[in-house]
Amino acid sequence: MSPDTIKPQFREFLGKVIRNHDLKDDDDIFAQGFVNSLFAMQLVMFTENTFALAVEDEDLTLDNFRTINAMTALVLRKKA
Amino acid sequence: MKLELTAQQSADQQAFREFSDTSIAPFADEWDRDERFPREVIERMARQGYLGAVVPQASGGSGSDMISFGLLHEEIGRGCSSARSLLTVHSMATFALHRWGSQQLKRRYLAELIDGSLLGAFGLSEPNVGSDARSIETTAHMEGDHYRLNGCKKWVTFGQLADLFLVFAQHEGKSIALLLERTTPGLTVVPISGMLGTRAAMLAELHLENCAVPVANRIGGPGFGLAAIATSALDIGRYSVACGSVGLAQACLEASVRYSSERHQFGVPLKEHQLIRQLISQMLTNIKAARLLCMQAGYLKDSGHPNTVMETWIAKYFASTTAMKAALDAVQIHGANGCSAAYPVQRYMRDAKIAEIIEGSTQLQEVTIADYAYEQQLAHHQPAGANHD
Repeated sequence: MSPDTIKPQFREFLGKVIRNHDLKDDDDIFAQGFVNSLFAMQLVMFTENTFALAVEDEDLTLDNFRTINAMTALVLRKKA
Repeated sequence: MKLELTAQQSADQQAFREFSDTSIAPFADEWDRDERFPREVIERMARQGYLGAVVPQASGGSGSDMISFGLLHEEIGRGCSSARSLLTVHSMATFALHRWGSQQLKRRYLAELIDGSLLGAFGLSEPNVGSDARSIETTAHMEGDHYRLNGCKKWVTFGQLADLFLVFAQHEGKSIALLLERTTPGLTVVPISGMLGTRAAMLAELHLENCAVPVANRIGGPGFGLAAIATSALDIGRYSVACGSVGLAQACLEASVRYSSERHQFGVPLKEHQLIRQLISQMLTNIKAARLLCMQAGYLKDSGHPNTVMETWIAKYFASTTAMKAALDAVQIHGANGCSAAYPVQRYMRDAKIAEIIEGSTQLQEVTIADYAYEQQLAHHQPAGANHD
């Protein structure tokens, strides 16, 4: 599993709600108001389901889910 | 695709139904009238494992799966919405701890929440904050290894009895989730009475004055208190209310079928009148559709699929509005009797209105579910004209 295989999956999932915007890997999806809290939970579930990992208490910070880069780093760390 | 319950789920459903028929439904009018819910009934539900059903057996809980969890909440909701609401809020707090709590916190509280020796509740709403949960005004200031909590939580279901509250506060501009013990100095629990429906749900206000809560009692990181913890707990609550609403509508149907079979007007049972039959047909059809929506949401929860969040919104929207319509029609079928304390349908009508307000009001759902339609539609289709430069 590498960033090249992980990032497109996040990009596709985020693309369902973030439309008409070319989302960069370091765009802060929360700060820029692209998503709401309801979507945050779906994002956590998507991460667990797609990459077969468990997001745990210590992982549950905004910094791990702010950007595609951060989400990718989380997945790589959890799968290491 | 196989649209039927497993043998285990069917057996669970039968057991839930019997429990509701013997230990809940016969007493619900009295609890409603007295605005009290007896502790011995909570203990009986705890002995049945109902308070730990949101945690799977594999993780030390008493639950089979989320379909069975839904069936439990439907059957208890058929008997008494206040009893169902106890399961709702206790399950929300227990779920949040099980799903997102640290190992240390779980060791401290989880087993006792599962076996019911601790009763959990959920504190998000405030005097000025309902649907707009991001605007909560309760504050948490860090002092060493504690937070100091100040503020007020309102409409806390079973707040009068609960031992442990999952509360949300603002800390340095970010939301956090904390487990607050009832015995914390500075916490005052003020009962709320005279509610329209679920009158035995023993609501309370929590007044927080410099309550010291250990930082170790925080669930999840700062900033994700609302985004993940409140949202996932509310998702469980919404699923519970959806399933409970199916049960409530089912109670309306059963009462209406019974009454319209026994009551005669113009020389025939009410059920022979076509407009009564129309109401019964609509009730049954809507209940079956609502139940299927709940089961789909439950199935997606068991699969860990992110779509369960919006499918649960849809299930709750349809089930709660179905319960309201079924209850209005049930009262109509019962006529003056339906407006009296001698029949439970007036309670059903009052309780159904509550279901339309809690865990996402009908109006919030009507603006939110449309987002899902656009996401689903646009994800599969290019916009019109996309291929025509």
